Amino acid sequence: MEILVLLKQVPATESLIAIANDRVSIKPDGLKYVMNPYDELAVEEALRIRESQGGTVTILSVGPAKAAEAIRTGLAMGADKGILIDPGNLTCDGLATAKLLAAAIKPMTYDIIIAGHRAVDDDNFQVATALAELLGIPNISMVVKQTLADGKIRCLCTVEGGTKEVEATLPALIATQRGLNDPRYASLPGIMKAKKKPLETRSIADLGLDAAGLQPLVTIKALKMPVERKGGRVIEGDSVAVKVAALVKALHEEAKVI
Amino acid sequence: MDFDLTREQEMIRREVRSFAEKEIAPIAADLDAGEHFSSTLTRKMGEIGLFGMIVSEAYEGQAMDYLSYIIAVEEIARVDGSQAATIAAGNSLGIGPLYYFGTEEQKRRFLPPLCRGQALWGFGLTEPTAGSDAGGSTTTAVRDGDNWVLNGSKIFITNAACDMTLGVTVQAITGTRTGGKPEYTCFLVENGMPGFKAVPMHGKMMWRASNTAELYFDDVRVPQANMLGQKGDGFHQMLQTLDGGRLSIAAMGLGGAIGAYEMALKYARSREQFGQPISKFQAIAFKLADCATEIECGRNLLYKACWLRDRQRPFAKEAAMAKLYCSELMGRVADHAVQIHGGYGLMKDYHVERFYRDHKLLEIGEGTSEVQRIVISRHIGC
Ligand SMILES: Cc1cc2nc3c(=O)[nH]c(=O)nc-3n(C[C@H](O)[C@H](O)[C@H](O)COP(=O)(O)OP(=O)(O)OC[C@H]3O[C@@H](n4cnc5c(N)ncnc54)[C@H](O)[C@@H]3O)c2cc1C
Repeated sequence: MEILVLLKQVPATESLIAIANDRVSIKPDGLKYVMNPYDELAVEEALRIRESQGGTVTILSVGPAKAAEAIRTGLAMGADKGILIDPGNLTCDGLATAKLLAAAIKPMTYDIIIAGHRAVDDDNFQVATALAELLGIPNISMVVKQTLADGKIRCLCTVEGGTKEVEATLPALIATQRGLNDPRYASLPGIMKAKKKPLETRSIADLGLDAAGLQPLVTIKALKMPVERKGGRVIEGDSVAVKVAALVKALHEEAKVI
Repeated sequence: MDFDLTREQEMIRREVRSFAEKEIAPIAADLDAGEHFSSTLTRKMGEIGLFGMIVSEAYEGQAMDYLSYIIAVEEIARVDGSQAATIAAGNSLGIGPLYYFGTEEQKRRFLPPLCRGQALWGFGLTEPTAGSDAGGSTTTAVRDGDNWVLNGSKIFITNAACDMTLGVTVQAITGTRTGGKPEYTCFLVENGMPGFKAVPMHGKMMWRASNTAELYFDDVRVPQANMLGQKGDGFHQMLQTLDGGRLSIAAMGLGGAIGAYEMALKYARSREQFGQPISKFQAIAFKLADCATEIECGRNLLYKACWLRDRQRPFAKEAAMAKLYCSELMGRVADHAVQIHGGYGLMKDYHVERFYRDHKLLEIGEGTSEVQRIVISRHIGC
């Protein structure tokens, strides 16, 4: 099995995010970066497939030089090699990222591509789907379980309130959802071994593309911080019955959730 | 000067931290309360590579530099002293002497399961009547054909009586040196050898989830093949082992101090009295400022000692200084941390009380603070 994993380096979810002066990006100072959590699931699933079926796991990431750290983490978890696509000073939207990945992947042989269904920084939900489209292969998203047999992949995917089972012929792209697996820690020897694993960097030109064809179709016009959460509210009342009645009323009329 | 860690060292810190927070933190208090050594958890620590960290790959070690090992111990200690003790004793005292002084055959035989974290090995130096004065020990080994017959006992031996223990390195008197002093030799005593008994010790104030044992040797016949290194090397081997071990005790002090400090800072910022967070009171803020400053000093001292060791330079003085400073550092920080938590700091729901207790061993084990001061004063020419 030739397995490709797409991953993105994102600010750690516990980071304190501040909007930069340009109002369309975030301040990079003091941010801790990690592998996108959904991509950790992707790496883990790829390793499990390799462990049961043999093959190689190649990680691809679009990002600045710093993103190599996230690839190294994947290599330390056990992936075999990494490719970093550095778009230089081009700002990529979801489609441009997918185009870069497609250009890198087209000459490669692969049976399955595994991606996170979204990256927790931009929450775009687009790259995996757009890439499958550009490659002309099936795309299955929100996967919580997969089985491979006879050149096909069968997946259990979450849908609103339940799951559905779908099947596709390989090569195919699947996008992970929480619950798929419990990603392993990069072991300490794994970290040392990752040092020696191949990690190449490619520019837009290396991929035979030019920036003109990758201009973003979507641009960010402004970023705003979420409204600060108000403190909780304690429902007062003389008896449990009175409190419950008040709570139901509040949930129905103010929160409008029931 | 370059204060940056390598990319691998940064990754090791990150991975060990996330392991410690996810796998150890949630159960540390219960293991402590129940005085429960967990082999399940120990095996998990083995799976991510926390044993045999400085051992070469030939014996299934992780082939890392000393600083990486120290960072790993620091990160485990930031969350729990007992688990850090299992790791530090496992590497420095259990695996260390076998790796540095063992014959090729001994290394091939004993190291792989220890480095995989599937088994543990103890290091028996201390005796009921010989602690700081290790030269006063009385356990003897007498040659009888191809065997040595051991008699005596050891006390406070870490990792030596749990379901993962395979055996223990024991220092015994094998003769008299010219000049009248006893000659010491180390032996590898394996579990199951007739006459050898390891009994777990209970009722510890600290490191309650770490395994501590009393060892009894009653005419235990140990084959010549289980002599560690050469006859007469024992004392030297023990001293060298302790020099390295001191760095891991220092790492436990540093890590424990960081853990206690972080809890105190977080608590001080959220606890309000007199209408404001208590971190705004200068009396509290200054305590935290002192903690942060001393932690920085401790880390620089410890990392420098590791840096010397990684470059094969003499590091014994710096190791003693780091052990002394970092173990006392954790005492001061844990004390402030409990004080800052007020009454809650005394309750088991808040982990600072465990750090407050766990710290005390660090000033006693592997050479008391007094002994470290003796070592340092000799180095500086007193
Ligand atoms: C939990 C735990 C785990 C341990 N693990 C191990 C292990 O794995 N292997 C092992 O071999 N040992 C181990 N030890 C033993 C430990 O190393 C000893 O407890 C320590 O060396 C001190 O010896 P002692 O307890 O006999 O105290 P003593 O040596 O009796 O010291 C008592 C006091 O006298 C002071 N003192 C002694 N001599 C002098 C002097 N010359 N000048 C000034 N003051 C002095 C000491 O500093 C101390 O304050 C462990 C101990 C504990 C509690």
